[in-house]
Amino acid sequence: MLMNLFKFKGGVKPPTNKTQSVTLPIAQAPLPSRLVVPLHQSIGGVPQPVVQAGDKVLKGQLIGEADGWISAAVHAPTSGTVLEVAMHVQPHPSGLDAMCVVIEPDGKDEWIAHQPFDYANAAPEAVREYLQQSGVVGLGGAVFPTHGKLTPSKTVPMEELVINGAECEPFITCDDLLMRERAEEVVRGIGIFRDLLQPKKVLIGIEDNKPEAAAAMRAAVDALGEAFLVVPVPTLYPAGGAKQLIRVLTGKEVPASKRSTDLGVQCFNVATAYTAWRAIAHGEPVVSRLVTLSGNVHAPRNYEVLIGTPMGELLQLAQPHPDTDGIVMGGPMMGFLVPDAKVPVVKATNCLIAHSDRIFPPKAPEMPCIRCGACAQACPHELQPFEMYWFSRAKNFGKTQEYHIFDCIECGCCSFVCPSRIPLVQYFRFAKSEIWAREREKKAADTAKERFEFKQLREEREKAEKAEKLAKAAAAQAAKKAAEAAAAAAAESTAPAAAAAPAGEAAPSTDAAPAVAVDAAQEAKKAAIAAAMARAKAQREAAQPKNTEVLSSAAQHDVADIEARRAAAHLTDPEPGTPPAPASEKAE
Amino acid sequence: MDILLAIAIMALGAVVLGALLGFASIKFKVEGDPLIEKIEAILPQTQCGQCGYPGCKPYAEAIANGDEINKCPPGGTEGVQRLADLLGREVKPLDAEEKPKSVAIIDENTCIGCTLCIQACPVDAIVGAAKQMHTIIAPLCTGCELCLPPCPVECIRIEPIGENIDNWKWKYPVVEIKAAATQKAA
Repeated sequence: MLMNLFKFKGGVKPPTNKTQSVTLPIAQAPLPSRLVVPLHQSIGGVPQPVVQAGDKVLKGQLIGEADGWISAAVHAPTSGTVLEVAMHVQPHPSGLDAMCVVIEPDGKDEWIAHQPFDYANAAPEAVREYLQQSGVVGLGGAVFPTHGKLTPSKTVPMEELVINGAECEPFITCDDLLMRERAEEVVRGIGIFRDLLQPKKVLIGIEDNKPEAAAAMRAAVDALGEAFLVVPVPTLYPAGGAKQLIRVLTGKEVPASKRSTDLGVQCFNVATAYTAWRAIAHGEPVVSRLVTLSGNVHAPRNYEVLIGTPMGELLQLAQPHPDTDGIVMGGPMMGFLVPDAKVPVVKATNCLIAHSDRIFPPKAPEMPCIRCGACAQACPHELQPFEMYWFSRAKNFGKTQEYHIFDCIECGCCSFVCPSRIPLVQYFRFAKSEIWAREREKKAADTAKERFEFKQLREEREKAEKAEKLAKAAAAQAAKKAAEAAAAAAAESTAPAAAAAPAGEAAPSTDAAPAVAVDAAQEAKKAAIAAAMARAKAQREAAQPKNTEVLSSAAQHDVADIEARRAAAHLTDPEPGTPPAPASEKAE
Repeated sequence: MDILLAIAIMALGAVVLGALLGFASIKFKVEGDPLIEKIEAILPQTQCGQCGYPGCKPYAEAIANGDEINKCPPGGTEGVQRLADLLGREVKPLDAEEKPKSVAIIDENTCIGCTLCIQACPVDAIVGAAKQMHTIIAPLCTGCELCLPPCPVECIRIEPIGENIDNWKWKYPVVEIKAAATQKAA
């Protein structure tokens, strides 16, 4: 069927380098010697570990529990023993460590008991939660938790569901092979998304350099009697970017400040649909993914790889040439050199490219920008990279935002076409992370200010309350004293003037028995003070903490020791509110 | 006659304009000093008192009244730079050592539950009660070190917040300068 396609501005056509790795079918990668499974493999909250060193785990067993709604669970990729839950180096450009569960496989690859999820009879809410528990995340590279994208907007009706099979980056062929070999399961997975989102149309976009994949998908759609449209899109990098594919297939442009659901569109990767179907129909959480091994190797091929497999070990399957000097995760346009060959394959790893100077010749040195505008013509988001470059370079971050730096998807088209070989994307990444850091600092400062002001307010209020209480107590005391004096005067003196005088002025104004009255008043005051002290003492004794009574004898001994030391340092029973003497000494 | 008319016109103009200005000064009156607010927005709000003032706002007021701008160690050299830009003053080197962003940590085994640090914390980032163990709410701690002096058992320490994946930043691209190939004289 013919369909009117739209176009996005810009784009580049780098050599695709895809044919090397599509000649052989998908193979199963062997079990590695050990698996390092990072807990934080998706956008959002860091999952909490639920296993500890020494635990036996089965394949598919939960090892990291999702933390919050935007977060996805992590599972053991094979059966074995947990060696440790510790910090390990991550497949991240920083080369920093993060929490990982290290598993030593027992070789049996034994599944935990699992069964299909009866999704036909389940509420949409339950399906979303099940997908979260199964660790289904966007496998196109962004690893956004899929369940978070499966809630239709309440205000805008869902028009189109876009399925991304474009795979525009050079070298990567894992989605291509997945569609060729497992089209039926992909289409069934798309069916789940369709049921949850209820779109009017489902469009599957596949770049026209993958005719076999498109044919397989079409056959699967027909075989299952679905009404999905398989649309070949022109091969042009970055047609596989979610925003670009949505633009090509629907003509809608998603601004940075909005989500695509606000425009009635949602986009998923084909591999995500596949894993969603495996989770629903077989109860299998995401424990493996397809990874293309390519680049400077003898035998490029696609493998089904367990999450947590060390990249160096995996790359050996493709027999890298001896001059290989690094591993690129992702494609040559948006990928990065991993900091260490030990880093594990994660859910975001779609491709590993053996790096060598032969296939990626070192870039010639950066030259000054000549403002030729080639970057602006190549930018798929119609930005002005040369302007953003100036301001990023000058660290004028406010201006970069005026030029919409946050619309940049870091696709690398501008760096690719730059005749001066300026690493433009690096400048934009630098500017973006600086802006984020500043935003974080500002937020922290605002919170601190708010809390400081509240504390001051509270202290003022407490002071006022205390003063008021004291004033009240003093007034009550004075009234009591006066009343007692009046009573005493009335009892001892017969002078009617004294009895008739107002209570408040009775004591000082009576001439008849001033000495006796004052004496009585003082006696009463003394008695009141003694009574108050007794009360306070009783209260203090009653308020003794009881947490030392059930301690072990050793701990009690420690407590006694500490008490003895404190007594020696005259720390015991300090007056409430006054700091003990040694504290002030130490302050100096 | 002409001169009287001219004087009258000028006087009328003065009255009208004066009335306008008077009205404007009431109508568009700005409460408080906006400069102090701007200065305060640059200060890091740690409320640490290392500048010698009891909090960031008093220091902001002092700066507006002519005090030096280089007394805020948590703000760092960058803070001095921004204050200088705002106030049109000269950048001065920081009056104290610049410290990395830090967080306080209570050694809970040593804590005796005296509540003195709780009273000292300017942002209420310590939880605990009398004779109960105290602990720091790390995300709220500004690392101001005000809890250190009151602690009678020295169980609080300040640790710098290291770089992790969440706060890691892309570095400024550095242009590599390679030594030019030495040309042999023919």
